[in-house]
Amino acid sequence: MTALDGLPPWLMGIVALLVVLGSSLTLIGTIGLVQLRSFFDRIHAPTLGTSWGAASILIASLISWSWIEDRIFLHELVIGVFIMVTTPVTMMLLGRATLHRQRAEARLSALEGGSHDIGNAADELSVEDEALERAEDEAEAAAAAQVPPPEADAKP
Amino acid sequence: MTLVLWLALNFAQFALALAACLACVRIVIGPRAQDRVLGLDALYMCTLLLFIVTGMRLGTPFLFEASLVIAIGGFVSTVTLAKFLLRGEVIE
Repeated sequence: MTALDGLPPWLMGIVALLVVLGSSLTLIGTIGLVQLRSFFDRIHAPTLGTSWGAASILIASLISWSWIEDRIFLHELVIGVFIMVTTPVTMMLLGRATLHRQRAEARLSALEGGSHDIGNAADELSVEDEALERAEDEAEAAAAAQVPPPEADAKP
Repeated sequence: MTLVLWLALNFAQFALALAACLACVRIVIGPRAQDRVLGLDALYMCTLLLFIVTGMRLGTPFLFEASLVIAIGGFVSTVTLAKFLLRGEVIE
């Protein structure tokens, strides 16, 4: 029926299990990609397919081809290592791009929505930024003040 | 046991094709550009796995090279699109 008829039955069972597991995980990942609501939820869903979905299908292909050809096949390992290395890079770049875009849009809507005079809105924004920086400095100072001085430990 | 393997390979092909269709749905309805890029990433991953399962079923080793090319092309395209979304241009 297939090209894998030369496999022994126990290896057929293992290959079938791995293939079904990998394809089901990939399908669940893309269902999550369609169903989830925000972008930062959705970016997690397809990694189900790129981590264990790809790994299990590649392992199944590797053991079946290695048994049939009677030597060790390493093509799948190349593909698997490439996927494992590149997926975090692409996801991190995409997440940072999305964050940058959302911040730029929030700044633009604050500029357009606050008042029609763009100069005033920009002044308000810079005032807000200064207040934010001052608040952060105060928080850091408070955190530094909360650290107990070293001689406090010496007292019983 | 051959029947079990045949059923498993059929199920895997149908599930991966359905997964590729769902990724296409996200590409079409994606509200923003980054959703479409994410759908493209999921689509090339599903196509790569579908090629590997089809290669197992047909018994031809030529589909490994095809899936390797898909992996490299998908990585480069996703990184390029993310860079475009981040900066507005690809090569500065």
